[in-house]
Amino acid sequence: MALDTAEAQKVIVENLEKKAKSKSKFYLKDFYSFFPEEKPRTVKKIVNDMVAQGILEYWSSGSTTMIGLKGTGKQAGAEGED
Amino acid sequence: MAKHETPLLDQLESGPWPSFVSDIKQEAATRAKNAKGLDYQMPSDVCDDLLGILELSYKDGTTHWKHGGIVGVFGYGGGIIGRYCDKPKDFPGVAAFHTVRVAQPGGKYYTTAFLNQLMDIWDLRGSGLTNMHGSTGDIILLGTTTPQLEEIFYQLTHEMGQDLGGSGSNLRTPADCIGSSRCEYACFDTQELCYFLTMTYQDELHRPAFPYKFKFKFDGCPNGCVCSIARSDLSFIGTWKDQIQVNQAEVKAYIDGKTVDNGGAFKGRDWGKFDIQKEVIDLCPTGCMALVKGELKINDKECTRCMHCINVMPKALKPGKDKGVSILCGAKAPIVDGAQMGTLIRPFISIDQTLNKQLSDFEDEDEWMEYLAEKYEAITEFIELVWDYWMEEGKNRERLGELMMRQGLQKFLEKVEVEPMAVHVQHPRTNPYIFWKEDEVEGGWGRDIEDYRKAHSR
Ligand code: HEM
Ligand code: HEM
Ligand code: SF4
Ligand code: SF4
Repeated sequence: MALDTAEAQKVIVENLEKKAKSKSKFYLKDFYSFFPEEKPRTVKKIVNDMVAQGILEYWSSGSTTMIGLKGTGKQAGAEGED
Repeated sequence: MAKHETPLLDQLESGPWPSFVSDIKQEAATRAKNAKGLDYQMPSDVCDDLLGILELSYKDGTTHWKHGGIVGVFGYGGGIIGRYCDKPKDFPGVAAFHTVRVAQPGGKYYTTAFLNQLMDIWDLRGSGLTNMHGSTGDIILLGTTTPQLEEIFYQLTHEMGQDLGGSGSNLRTPADCIGSSRCEYACFDTQELCYFLTMTYQDELHRPAFPYKFKFKFDGCPNGCVCSIARSDLSFIGTWKDQIQVNQAEVKAYIDGKTVDNGGAFKGRDWGKFDIQKEVIDLCPTGCMALVKGELKINDKECTRCMHCINVMPKALKPGKDKGVSILCGAKAPIVDGAQMGTLIRPFISIDQTLNKQLSDFEDEDEWMEYLAEKYEAITEFIELVWDYWMEEGKNRERLGELMMRQGLQKFLEKVEVEPMAVHVQHPRTNPYIFWKEDEVEGGWGRDIEDYRKAHSR
């Protein structure tokens, strides 16, 4: 069954908000676990679209990429780039 | 006068080799003078502060760079690496010092116009310092600030037709040897395949898709000029399936000293008369060559395509005609489990040599891409099987080679739909535990115990 995009976005935001107290950045793989039935590629596409829409944002160490809700986490505040 | 005293860095300049310290000092002086009257968008003492903070790191024995950040251009998850220093008050010139990765042209063919244009952008909007090229093979522009990123990206894409490369958990900028553009050894068109896969996998390159980084590299032949076997998760190496093409008259010309060996590469010194026995036949790693009545014979069945004989006598020997690629998987640098070379998984994927239309033969690039999609279908199918497996099973920050080690070659072969074959065994007996599944065994596990007991008592 095709994943409903709006529904999927809601699930992602809810899951990230739930964990927001302890964690602000997530691996792409963490998003797969929100949708155990879906192919990784499908989830990847939804996550990347949400970045394009400004709901999520990428954080990169240079070698690894992590993803979080836009504006959360100390990096944004600390670098004066909110 | 230098802005910061740098006695430790100065000492580095005393060695016999060109020094990056001298290079940075030179750029610092150029920027201080600003002979072209540029409206520098980075603080003009960026290079001085870079030297200063490095000197401090040597003194303190610790880095003063923070790890990573949220920077990028709109819609891209890679290509820019955020770098901030943790002493911005003392070194304001490098408070933000982001790295920009730019896709290098195929085979690294540049025009001076291109390089000048690139440096015009970078002198104005960055530190003026570059790394040509980074370990992955792309152009690295070192040091700029966040507000400059979109400007640089716009100029690169709109004025130069040049894209950013990969960074983060993405497909990294693919890299290739010059291949058939100048090299007669090429067994496939490295630049065509590299370009085709780069365009096909734009999404994987620019938007995070994977547990960690992933690299493609393309060597036209086993000489391996881009060393794909050690530097890429998927290494494509040109090879052939039939016989090495031998021209006996040219062999004789080498033996008689009429043609200079090794294409003249060792002419600088007198190595004595060319000795085919000593310099070619005895050095063949599989011992599959012999000189019989003045004719060079090769037992091609044993040849491992090491290229040695062809390199020594290029006019007499050429790769065979039935050409294609070998694909090796899982090479990586250390971190977990140490460095690994690629493991040969697909010994030969044929590439149809008659499918040689070029972009100019088509209406537009899309049509050409469709043509190439068909030509390289067997390759993209394999790539996607590898990715599906790694995306599903790979742990965060686990390279393909580490996953292959963790779960074993047998699992990998099953996932990428390749039958185990002798070439998968590097050393006999290192991995003897092949487990058969019931459906792979004729008759399955069931047996008639009565029938068995007739011949075997309890
Ligand atoms: C013509 C007769 C036989 C041949 C050619 C033969 C051959 C082999 C070979 C090639 C191995 C693997 C050696 C290794 O792992 O280094 C092996 C292992 C072994 N053989 Fe034999 N073998 C023969 C008879 C027997 C007999 C009669 C017995 C016992 C009564 C026996 C017991 C074993 C055992 C216990 C192993 C070790 C199995 C394991 O590693 O799990 N073999 N044999
Ligand atoms: C007190 C007596 C014995 C002790 C303490 C002993 C201990 C061991 C141990 C520790 C192993 C290695 C297990 C492993 O690698 O996982 C082993 C393997 C083996 N033993 Fe014994 N053993 C004894 C007697 C015997 C006898 C009497 C036989 C044969 C008649 C035998 C046949 C084997 C065989 C064939 C293996 C190899 C199994 C395999 O490779 O999977 N053992 N034994
Ligand atoms: S890898 Fe082979 S084909 Fe490519 S440039 Fe080197 S020698 Fe030529
Ligand atoms: S390519 Fe290497 S292995 Fe093959 S015949 Fe020549 S020297 Fe021997």
